[in-house]
Amino acid sequence: MTAFQINGRRVVSTSAPDTPLLWVIRDDLRLTGTKYGCGIGQCGACTVHLDGAPVRSCQTPLSAIEGKQVTTIEGLSDNGDHPLQLAWIEEQVPQCGYCQSGQLMSAAALLRDTPRPTDADIDNAMSGNLCRCGTYQRIRRAVHRAAGGGA
Amino acid sequence: MTAIGLNRRDFVRAGIGGAAGLTIAIHLPACAAPGDRAPAPTPFRPNAWLRVGLDGGIVVVVDKSEMGQGVLTSLPQMIVEELDGDWSKVRIEQAPVGSEYVNLAYGIQATGGSSSVRSSMQALREAGAKARAMLVSTAAQGWSIEPSACHTENGYVVETAGRRRKSYGDLAAAAAEMPVPETVSLKDPKDFNLIGKPIKRLDLADKVTGRAGFGIDADTDGMLVALVARCSTYGGTVAGYDDKAALAVPGVRQVVQIDSGVAVVAEGYWQASQGRKALEVTWDRGTMAGMSSEAISKKFRDLSRQSGVVARDDGNAGRALRLSAKRIEAEYEVPYLAHATMEPMNCSASVTSEKCTVWAPTQFQSGLRTVAAQITGLPEEAVEVNTTLLGGGFGRRFEQDFAAEAVALSKAIGQPVKVIWSREDDLAHDFYRPASYNRLAAGLDSSGDPVAWTHRVVGPSIMTRFAAFFGPLPDGLDSTSVEGAADIPYGIPNIHCDWVRADVGVPVGFWRSVGHSQNAFISECFIDELAGAAGKDPYEFRRALLAEAPRHRGVLELAATKAEWGTPLPDGHARGIAVAESFGSYVAEVAEVSLENGKVRVHRVVCAIDCGVHVNPDIIAAQMESCVVYGLTAALYGAVEIENGGARQSNFHDYKLLQIGEMPEVEVYIVQSTEPPGGVGEPGTPPIAPAVVNALAALTGRRVRTLPIEV
Repeated sequence: MTAFQINGRRVVSTSAPDTPLLWVIRDDLRLTGTKYGCGIGQCGACTVHLDGAPVRSCQTPLSAIEGKQVTTIEGLSDNGDHPLQLAWIEEQVPQCGYCQSGQLMSAAALLRDTPRPTDADIDNAMSGNLCRCGTYQRIRRAVHRAAGGGA
Repeated sequence: MTAIGLNRRDFVRAGIGGAAGLTIAIHLPACAAPGDRAPAPTPFRPNAWLRVGLDGGIVVVVDKSEMGQGVLTSLPQMIVEELDGDWSKVRIEQAPVGSEYVNLAYGIQATGGSSSVRSSMQALREAGAKARAMLVSTAAQGWSIEPSACHTENGYVVETAGRRRKSYGDLAAAAAEMPVPETVSLKDPKDFNLIGKPIKRLDLADKVTGRAGFGIDADTDGMLVALVARCSTYGGTVAGYDDKAALAVPGVRQVVQIDSGVAVVAEGYWQASQGRKALEVTWDRGTMAGMSSEAISKKFRDLSRQSGVVARDDGNAGRALRLSAKRIEAEYEVPYLAHATMEPMNCSASVTSEKCTVWAPTQFQSGLRTVAAQITGLPEEAVEVNTTLLGGGFGRRFEQDFAAEAVALSKAIGQPVKVIWSREDDLAHDFYRPASYNRLAAGLDSSGDPVAWTHRVVGPSIMTRFAAFFGPLPDGLDSTSVEGAADIPYGIPNIHCDWVRADVGVPVGFWRSVGHSQNAFISECFIDELAGAAGKDPYEFRRALLAEAPRHRGVLELAATKAEWGTPLPDGHARGIAVAESFGSYVAEVAEVSLENGKVRVHRVVCAIDCGVHVNPDIIAAQMESCVVYGLTAALYGAVEIENGGARQSNFHDYKLLQIGEMPEVEVYIVQSTEPPGGVGEPGTPPIAPAVVNALAALTGRRVRTLPIEV
C-alpha cells in the first residue's frame, strides 16, 4: 500500500511497489494527460511534479512517492488558465500535442524557480522534453510570454 | 479530503483532476462550448460534413485525421467560410468511416500525401455554400421575398434592404426541409473572412490541459492492455513459446499467439510489460537473419551497375556527357529512417459476434475497416472505426499492422483490448523510409552550363505493398522512388533518371515527404556540386536554370532575398540553399550553419513556400517549422542500421531527436498566390537536408554525400 496525494487528493495504491508512477497515474487513476513516450526517461512526455520538482514518472517507482504530492497536467490549473497554458494557446504551440503535457510541466517548474528565464535557461530546463513536431521555437516564445516578457 | 482506494482495475472513475476523458477518452475539441452542457439538437444536416443546431451551433464533421497538421481547424475554416457561420459556435466531430468521406485524391478514406486541404477545398466550400443557400431560401420564404434580396453574415440571414434578420439556429428546423441545391456559387476570395486568416486552432485548449484523447488514452469497460512479443528479425515467426513465467506475473491474464507474435494480455501496461519480459519465445528467424546494413549497402552498390526502369529520358544524356567539357560524378547514400511518432503505435478494439469497434490513431480508416472485416469475418458495415487524435503520424499510421493486432487479439480473447507498443517495439517494427544508393553524373559545357544529368536510384519499392489500393506499378516504376529525382526542374537539355529496384526484406513505407525526403537531398546537393564545378554562385546558378520553372524560381528568390543571400556573415558561418516542389507546393530554404565543437549548428532557416491559395498562414508556418525540424533531425542524427536482420537502434538514446537547444530560428514567408492549393504537411521537409549540407560544403570545402551528416 502506498499513500500519496495527487492533484490535491489523497489516494492509496495497492499496485506493486516497483510499478512506475506513470502507469499508476494512467492505468489506475485514469489520468491520461501524462503520456508514455519512451519508458527510459529520454523524452519527457511523462513529466509530472513530485513535491513541486519535475520528475520523469516512467522512472519513478511507486515506492518512492509514499507521502508525497504529485501534480499532473490535470492539476496544473483549475480551469486551464495557468499562465503557461494561456501562453501556449496564444503562441499556438501544440501540433499533435502528445508531448505538450510534459513540456508544460517542465516549463512550469522552470518558471517557479526562474521567473524570468533566458533562452539558455529554457534550453537547459527543457532539453529533456522531446517534440517530434518541432514546436520548440514556439515553446521558447510561449515561456517568455508567460514569464511576462512578451513574445 | 477523500481517500480513494486504488487497485489496478478497481479504481474510482471520477473526481481526480479533470473529469473529462475518463470513459471513452476521445475528447474532441469543443470550442465555444464551455462546461459540458449537452449540445442542442441539430436538425439541419445538409450534408455529411455539417450540422446546424437550434442554438445556432455548428458541428463540422472532419474526415481527415488530426496528427498535428491542423486539419481540425483548416477544414472547418473552409466550410464555415462559405456557410458564413459564426466561428465562435463551431464544434468539431471526427468522421466515422464511410463512403462519403473518401479522400478524393486517392479514392480511399485516408489522410496523407499532404492532401487534406487540396483534395477537399472544393467539396467543403460547396458543402458550406449549399447549406448557406438553404438557410437563405428558408428565411426568404418566411419573409415572402426573393433569396436574392437577402445576404448572410456571421450566422444570420439578413434582409438586405430591410431590418429583418434571422439566426441560423432559428432557421435550422425549417431549413432541413429545403431541397439541397444542385449548384451553388462560391465566394469571391476578396470576401473571405476565414480562409487565408491565421485563425487559432480549435484543438489546443484540450492539448494544453491533458484532456485531448489520443489512441493510447482510449478506454472502455473491461478493456485490457496487451504487449506483443515480436521477432527482432524481419519476417521471423514464432517457433514455440513457454508462457508459464509470464502467466505467473501478477495482473497478467492471458498469453495468446497472433500473426505478428505472442501477446501478453494484462490489467495494465506495466503488468503486460513484466509479463512479456518473463515470456519465453523461440523464434524461427527466417531468411533475413544474417542481414546487415553493410550487406544491404553492398547489394545496392552492386545493383547500381545495372540499368534500371527509366523514369525520365530527355535528349541523349549519355552522348551529351561524353561530349561535355567537364564531367562531375558522385555517389550518394541515405539510410533507413524510423518515423518515431511521439505516441507509439497502439490501437484498441472490441470484437463481438456482431460488431467490431475500433479506437485507432489511424491515417487510413477505410483500410482499417477492410482489415478488421477480414480478421473478424464480419461485414464491413459491422466495423466501427473511431478515429482518435494522433500523437504524430508522418505516414506511419497509414499502416494497419498495429490495428490488426488489436482486432485479432480482441477476437481471440472475447474482450476489449488495447495493444500498446513500447518505444522499442515502435523503432524495431517500423515501415522505414527506404535506404537508397545513388550514382550521379553531369556534364558542363565550356561556359559552365550543365548539358547533361544522369541519376540512377537503387532502392526498394514502397508502392508494391499497396497495389490493392493504388494498382500495380505503372511500367514497373515506383514513382515514390524517383520523385524529387526524375522531376528536377532545371533547364538541362539531356536528363536521364532510372531506378533499380532492390527489395531486401526490410519493411519500408511512407515517411514524411516520402521519396522527396531523400531525393531532394541528392538532387539539390548535386546541383550545388555543379555550381561549384562551374565556379558559380549556387543561388545564381540555380536561378539561371529555372527560367521555365517560375514557381520554383519565385520561392528561391524570396528565400534568398529574405536570408540576405550574399551578404557577409560572422566568421565561421556559411549559408546553403535548396529548392524543391512536392505535393503541389514549392519550398526554398536557406540555412545558416557553423561548426561548434565539431558539431553542426544550424542557426537560422529562412523558408519560402508557394502553396497556392492558402487557408491558414499560421498553420502553414507551424508546418514549415515542423518540417524543418523533422528533416534536420534526420540529416543530423537519423539512421536505423540493420544487424541480424533487425534494427540496431532501440530507443531515443540511440535514435536521437533534435532538442530545443538545437532548434534554429525558422522564418517562414508565404507567397501570395491564386494557384490551386498545394500541400503543407510535408513540402518543407525535402529542402532542409540539402540546404544544411550545402552550407557545410561552403563552410568547410568538403562535400557530405551520405546521411546522417558526419563532420
